[in-house]
Amino acid sequence: MDLINFEATELRLGLPGSTDDQPEIKSTTSHKTNKRSSSEMVSSVSDEHDSSRSPPPTKAQVVGWPPVRSYRKNILQGKKNDQAETGSGIYIKVSMDGAPYLRKVDLKVYQSYGELMKGLQDMFKCIIGLYSEMEGYKSEYAPTYEDKDGDWMLVGDVPWDMFLTSCRRLRIMKSSEVIES
Amino acid sequence: MDPAATGVTVAGTGADPAKTTMFPEEFLKRTFSLINSDKDRNSVSLVCKDWYNVERMSRRHVSIRNCYSVSPEIVTARFPAIRSVTLKGKPRFSDFNLVPDDWGADVQPWLNVFATAYPFLEELRLKRMAVSDESLEFLALNFDDFKALSMLSCEGFSTLGLEAIATHCKNLTELDIQENGIDDLGGDWLSYFPENLTSLEVLNFSTLTSEVSFDALESLVSRCKSLRVLKVNRKINLEQLGKLLVLAPQLIELGTGTFLEELVSGSVNGLENAFSKCGNLVTLSSFWDATLLHLPVVYPVCGNLTFLNLSYANIGPDELEQILSRSKRLVRLWVVDTVGDKGLEAVGSHCPLLEELRVFPVDPFDQQLGVTDSGLVAVSKGCPKLHYILYFCQRMTNAAVITVAQNCPNFTHFRLCIMNPSEPDYLTNEPMDEAFGAIVKTCTKLQRLSVSGLLTDLAFEYIGRYAKNLETLSVAFAGDSDLGMEYVMRGCPKLKRVEIRDCPFGDSALLSGLTQYESMRSLWMSDCNVTMDGCKKLAEEMSWLNVEVIKDEGGDDRLANKVYVYRTVAGPRKDAPPFVVTL
Repeated sequence: MDLINFEATELRLGLPGSTDDQPEIKSTTSHKTNKRSSSEMVSSVSDEHDSSRSPPPTKAQVVGWPPVRSYRKNILQGKKNDQAETGSGIYIKVSMDGAPYLRKVDLKVYQSYGELMKGLQDMFKCIIGLYSEMEGYKSEYAPTYEDKDGDWMLVGDVPWDMFLTSCRRLRIMKSSEVIES
Repeated sequence: MDPAATGVTVAGTGADPAKTTMFPEEFLKRTFSLINSDKDRNSVSLVCKDWYNVERMSRRHVSIRNCYSVSPEIVTARFPAIRSVTLKGKPRFSDFNLVPDDWGADVQPWLNVFATAYPFLEELRLKRMAVSDESLEFLALNFDDFKALSMLSCEGFSTLGLEAIATHCKNLTELDIQENGIDDLGGDWLSYFPENLTSLEVLNFSTLTSEVSFDALESLVSRCKSLRVLKVNRKINLEQLGKLLVLAPQLIELGTGTFLEELVSGSVNGLENAFSKCGNLVTLSSFWDATLLHLPVVYPVCGNLTFLNLSYANIGPDELEQILSRSKRLVRLWVVDTVGDKGLEAVGSHCPLLEELRVFPVDPFDQQLGVTDSGLVAVSKGCPKLHYILYFCQRMTNAAVITVAQNCPNFTHFRLCIMNPSEPDYLTNEPMDEAFGAIVKTCTKLQRLSVSGLLTDLAFEYIGRYAKNLETLSVAFAGDSDLGMEYVMRGCPKLKRVEIRDCPFGDSALLSGLTQYESMRSLWMSDCNVTMDGCKKLAEEMSWLNVEVIKDEGGDDRLANKVYVYRTVAGPRKDAPPFVVTL
């Protein structure tokens, strides 16, 4: 299940000025009189629109297909996220090595890693510090998180939006225990 | 009263007009007032001039299924006493983003004429119309008796328009806002209903996204004792729903809010209790975020349900089984394909009275299985009364559909969407021709058909040969040549609406429908092989047809990429935007 924001990564061939939410392209079949399999259509489309030099769209990306009303598409697809995005926040458990109790934090309250770190610092009264890719966390503790695949990752590697959708729980580890890979 | 119409002359047999019986106008009036069906009224008006006149003076409701087929002036001139109007605008494919914005179907020109011709207008039902806040305000201010507003798949308005309706419509009985492109600005439109408004019978705001004032809603529900349909939005939680139910146990149709939060057991009991007091509930819908945790609160009413709409709830087969095993009276069921084939087996086991099933895709672009051929077969085995199916699936076989046709020969609406364009039978790799062939051969009452999958001209030959009652046909990514469409246009005498996209049908196919277009409502063809020349030829042959081409930016000027053809007595559109060319 890929929860990456498609719009950020997709090359679009939409109509000029179109504001479709989905990455969609117009299918062109005007000159085809043969039976078309979908892959044939896909390659013919990319030939027709060669000027854009975009990668051939996947089979599914055709304007208005399948015929589901926008309203329905939006509400059903919004449900793909594991967390409840109904306005009640994304609450995840936070544990800190050595602390007796777990806490819960609403990720939706924060707009960036910086804000999250500050919030965690306040919560646990510890100094986590800022993360830099090269040097790791320059303090006693390092924030890690369990992602939707069950792996434990260092907080800060992926874009914030992606982190929001993949983070299952947080654990603030002692830096000495973090293994640099 | 027309003196010629009051006399009764001696009845004569045969065709001599001088000897035919004439009924007194009063008699005709009384009789016609009992006729409500538009179809019947249309037939009645064709009998003779007297009948035409009496009928038109007494008609209270008019349905205009294509707003450009007639002008408001013509409608109001013919029918002076209308109190209720149904108005539909854009071609259906506009729901799927195939029609550019600003195409038209503005309701305001109609309202302008209605303001003088129908000052006593009570009901307005709009589908695929462009509606602005100003129009809603105009409506609210110019029609003192206005009672019922229903909008489906419309766009262009915001919650500000709803504020105007709530504020000024003193006799409002119905406000039904469904699946529209509404600009939800939040705000408190619900609070604009005055304290003394107690007439509301239908309130449906289920698809609005922002919060409404619960206090205002509670007060409204409490004082509108005739409320029979209440569909709230996702911002209303279970506890609030419970409070509303206690105030309105008389409800016949309920749309829930979200099932998300965890209730304490006391609240759960209270909610179950509230449901159990709703003895009239026959329709339940919404069920956002429903899980087995709180679904049981609705069990007390399941036994009475005839329509269950779970199409906003991504539930699985187990949840569905739990509900269906208690809902033996179900006639209509809408679900999402997260229920899987296993869920559909439950449908087949528990719903012998089922007549309509719609299965929507949770994620059209996800290649995961959803529902397949076996689910469809399971339903057809257990539900012999099934006559309406809308089925989105990733794969299908000819054999399965043939079996389904045998199990359910009474289909009136068969809409199958295999989501990969031009997908063959996944077992045999053959086209899906035989599947649809079986449907049209066996289901002689078929009125509406949507085809999909890999189809050759043979499928269309079957349709043309057997689907003699077919009125609506939707085709996408199918066919080999012009012959395909020609078979249909020549073979199906009752066609009303045909919509085609991405098929190799060209000018010859377009022109093969010449004799049909007179009796059809409309034809849509997009991304086919139709040229401007072909369209011009069609326009020349038939003067009371509007042949409109929607021009795309760029692209070959000789091609007519999107063609919309419809009969009209109003002549070419006067409000056509620059990208719509009438030939």
